[in-house]
Amino acid sequence: MAVLARASRSEIEAVLGADLPAHDLLKAPETGTVMVEGRAGGAGRRFNLGEATVTRCVVRLADGAMGFAYALGRDGRKARLAAILDARLQQEAETGPLRQHVSALAARQAAARDLASRKAAATKVDFFTLVRGA
Amino acid sequence: MYVAVKGGEAAILATHDLVAEARRGDEAVPEISVAQIREQQALACARVMNEGSLCDPDLAALALKQAQGDVIEAAFLVRAYRTTLPRFGSSEPVDTARMAIRRRVSATYKDLPGGQVLGPTYDYTHRLFDFALMEGDRPEQPAKPLPASDGLDQTMPRVPDILGAEGLMEAEEPPEGDPRPFDLTREPVSFPAARDVRLQAMARGDEGFLLGLGYSVQRGFGGNHPFVGEIRVGEVSVAFVPEELGFAVDLGDITLTECQMVNQFTGSKEVAPQFTRGYGLAFGHAERKAMSMSLVDRALKCRDFGEAATYPAQQDEFVLYHADNVEAAGFVEHLKLPHYVDFQGELELIRRIRREREARRAADDDAVPEAAE
Repeated sequence: MAVLARASRSEIEAVLGADLPAHDLLKAPETGTVMVEGRAGGAGRRFNLGEATVTRCVVRLADGAMGFAYALGRDGRKARLAAILDARLQQEAETGPLRQHVSALAARQAAARDLASRKAAATKVDFFTLVRGA
Repeated sequence: MYVAVKGGEAAILATHDLVAEARRGDEAVPEISVAQIREQQALACARVMNEGSLCDPDLAALALKQAQGDVIEAAFLVRAYRTTLPRFGSSEPVDTARMAIRRRVSATYKDLPGGQVLGPTYDYTHRLFDFALMEGDRPEQPAKPLPASDGLDQTMPRVPDILGAEGLMEAEEPPEGDPRPFDLTREPVSFPAARDVRLQAMARGDEGFLLGLGYSVQRGFGGNHPFVGEIRVGEVSVAFVPEELGFAVDLGDITLTECQMVNQFTGSKEVAPQFTRGYGLAFGHAERKAMSMSLVDRALKCRDFGEAATYPAQQDEFVLYHADNVEAAGFVEHLKLPHYVDFQGELELIRRIRREREARRAADDDAVPEAAE
């Protein structure tokens, strides 16, 4: 779910393909908010920082498999597709093709995080101290 | 007294059309897209998200477009929209120690675990215009930052925690039972306000107001001598436990800015002198906001340390009642709405006072010559 939450709608569409399996919407795509909590000082008393938009969806496939989607943002279509994919992933064996697609998505997200981290690392300061009289 | 007046519908409809035209500007210039605002005016979007108290960069960009770049009007639009959404619940508290860091600096330690990472900042720019950004004058290829061969450390300790390990820093621990925080959008605030209320109010408060108050503390209207222990900017995952699942799911990442301000000591018979803290946290890249918040947070802790609340930044009622720019703008700007009946009353009163004064003076004039004789 963490990988799908970070994937774009078109990425999930590409994994699922054009033909969607028959499914019931147990919870139609719905946008609401989640209050984001922080902690004073990072580790202390909880406080409400502010809300964030979240869209959720719950589906059931013909064979009874349930799929859930919860992700930041307001994309109802993405939530529906992610819920269908979540349900199908639960039916599939560890080495199935959908799981491989999702692993590839996860690898792409990890690579993007790594690139951002390396770009930040390029701005790391190397201090040197000027020695008097040297 | 407010008396409803009718009429003006046609004028109001016409002003809607006129403001739409004003918003569009010269039609010979291409219209700006919401995605362009989101990507290229991200710091303005961050301010709208904070003051609108809703983290959604697309909506913040739309609000800025619709409000012609008026940040407070944009925050108002976001607040109004937020009230139409159901709330699914509260997230788990975000863990900023696990932030994917893009920027992290400390003014207290030169060498610290994880290092000083400048990230994207205007701090070391010369504030000279870059005329190459003028349309039609752009270089063929925008600058491409060269990544380092290795990424940053996966986790970086928060700087106050380094001081805390030596016992030199005021501890920051959840109170007994780790209670749910107060929510000022659901319950009325009373005073004295607890720290969770103050932090929520400042997180959605006006950046300019908090900046001014933070500045006042530094200039002597408050007794703090602060150092930036740490500022960090980056992405943090948000976890939420849906009722139907019963376990935490990862909703994705949000960008946060955190500021830990280190202030001078306090101590008592029982506790040896320790540095004290101020804390700021904001959506998006919003350093000035997070820093200002952390200065005022420390000032508002004066009661906890037995300091007199002498200055505005130390008075929770003053700070919390005036930090919200949507409320403040509403009350200030309502003055331009029709007050015709109120004003008629005032006019009637001043005319009567003047008539009575004239009458009194006439009576006195009649009396004076007799007295002189």
